[in-house]
Amino acid sequence: MAGLTAVELSCADMSVREINTVLRALPDGTAVRISQPRGRHNLVVGISALLDITIAGNAGYFIGGLCDGPAVTVAGFVGWSVGENLGSGTIRVQGNASECVGASARGGLIVIEGDASSRAGISLKGGSIAIAGAVGHMTGFMAQAGTILVGGDAADSLGDSLYETVIYVGGKIRSLGSDARVEDLTAADVARVRELAGAAGFSHIWPENVTRVASAKSLYRFDALKDQRY
Amino acid sequence: MCGIVGIRLKNPGLYPVLGELVAPMLDVLASRGPDSTGVAIYCHDAPAGATKYSLCAPVPDYDWPGYVAALEASAGVLPVEFRRRGRDAVIAAPLAPRGGPRLLREIDPSVKLFGFGAAIEVYKDVGPAAQVCERYGIGAMAGYQAIGHTRMATESAVTIEHSHPFAAAGDLALVHNGSFSNYASIRRQLAGEGIRFDTDNDSEVAARYIARQMAAGADAGEALRDTSKVFDGFFTLLLATEHSMAIVRDSFACKPMVVAETADYVAVASEYVALAELPDIEKAEVFEPMPEEIYTWQA
Repeated sequence: MAGLTAVELSCADMSVREINTVLRALPDGTAVRISQPRGRHNLVVGISALLDITIAGNAGYFIGGLCDGPAVTVAGFVGWSVGENLGSGTIRVQGNASECVGASARGGLIVIEGDASSRAGISLKGGSIAIAGAVGHMTGFMAQAGTILVGGDAADSLGDSLYETVIYVGGKIRSLGSDARVEDLTAADVARVRELAGAAGFSHIWPENVTRVASAKSLYRFDALKDQRY
Repeated sequence: MCGIVGIRLKNPGLYPVLGELVAPMLDVLASRGPDSTGVAIYCHDAPAGATKYSLCAPVPDYDWPGYVAALEASAGVLPVEFRRRGRDAVIAAPLAPRGGPRLLREIDPSVKLFGFGAAIEVYKDVGPAAQVCERYGIGAMAGYQAIGHTRMATESAVTIEHSHPFAAAGDLALVHNGSFSNYASIRRQLAGEGIRFDTDNDSEVAARYIARQMAAGADAGEALRDTSKVFDGFFTLLLATEHSMAIVRDSFACKPMVVAETADYVAVASEYVALAELPDIEKAEVFEPMPEEIYTWQA
């Protein structure tokens, strides 16, 4: 999405609300650079135009949340819930991400080039999350659809209470969560991982060597009478 | 919510601007806790042999000269150095370490002792950070270490006494983001041992528990580890002592914390946005503490 025009916005001069208001009025194809983010929360939230946005530094919570279209790059790290409820588009974080990457996202691609903290992909409802490094505990918690690719190691309780999301892990898994299990890798999985690693620009992942984690489906449906002891 | 901040300076060149660094950190986190604000400032500026006592006035125009005169008259304590801080005061006096707080209570029980020690000064009050810092002149204070808190009250009243930090022993201060679920049981146990409480606040129980563990020989890190095993609930805890600063997060790590360390300082805050204006932050090593791990910084 090569922008024909370039817009420069600085958090030193504008509030987050002012910046998001300007972004919402820009036409498709505009390139935007947001400078001096200084850890601000809620930058680039609720944008549906096909903008090409770079946040030039470390940012705070909910970056790129509720977006439906733009390509967002963060040249730094982000706080909690980057890409929360993302509809479509891409978010690329060149540093680390804190908790809840892509929480409840419904589509699009979120790429974390560093590590992600706990609960990445919590309640994921679609789309893809690709994390180059390690992830914290309860990654993929209650995730319902979409794909999570982890290049590094996963901490405790990976995939707890999973539904239809599939998690691929390149490194070691410290422990699986309730109702998560390791399954055999199929040719379709290898193709999916190759495609996702390619889209993320990861060259350190061997698609044939990842571990597939999916739901064992014993908690999949709530059964009020199952194993009851009252 | 609640916000917590801490900074421990390695470079003595920054000691004069400690307050300038910490007051904006608190202000940024007022969005996490606008109910009350508090800070413990550590500065070795008391006369030799004297302990500093941070006292809260019961009324805005309290008769501090009368209080100091009564203190000087009792037990022949001399000299007493008096420093006015907004409505409140810090006095430095060579009182006996154990008897000091009791002596001060006897002079006027309505004056509250918020902290005491060789270095610590505690300021806390109802209101958002900018107001409270202005009220006590936090921005102009010097020192080598500070921890602070912006409170969004969830389990006990919004009063001055319920504000953090809780300074339960000499030079010890605790701030807490989260809530404990089993604190009433622990409080009953500690009360049975004769430990006195100033409020019904859950975080005060943790501060008293830490003071008890440290009185029994634990260091700051060990006391935090004991606390994280005995207390149930959500917590990110930041503990300061005269010579150390330490943190722990519960096993779920639902309450945030970011650490930034440079050659000049180590700083912690609930959100990075509170660290973003610190000097040379772009050169800092920035990381999130892992759940259940104790991080300690000391001289």
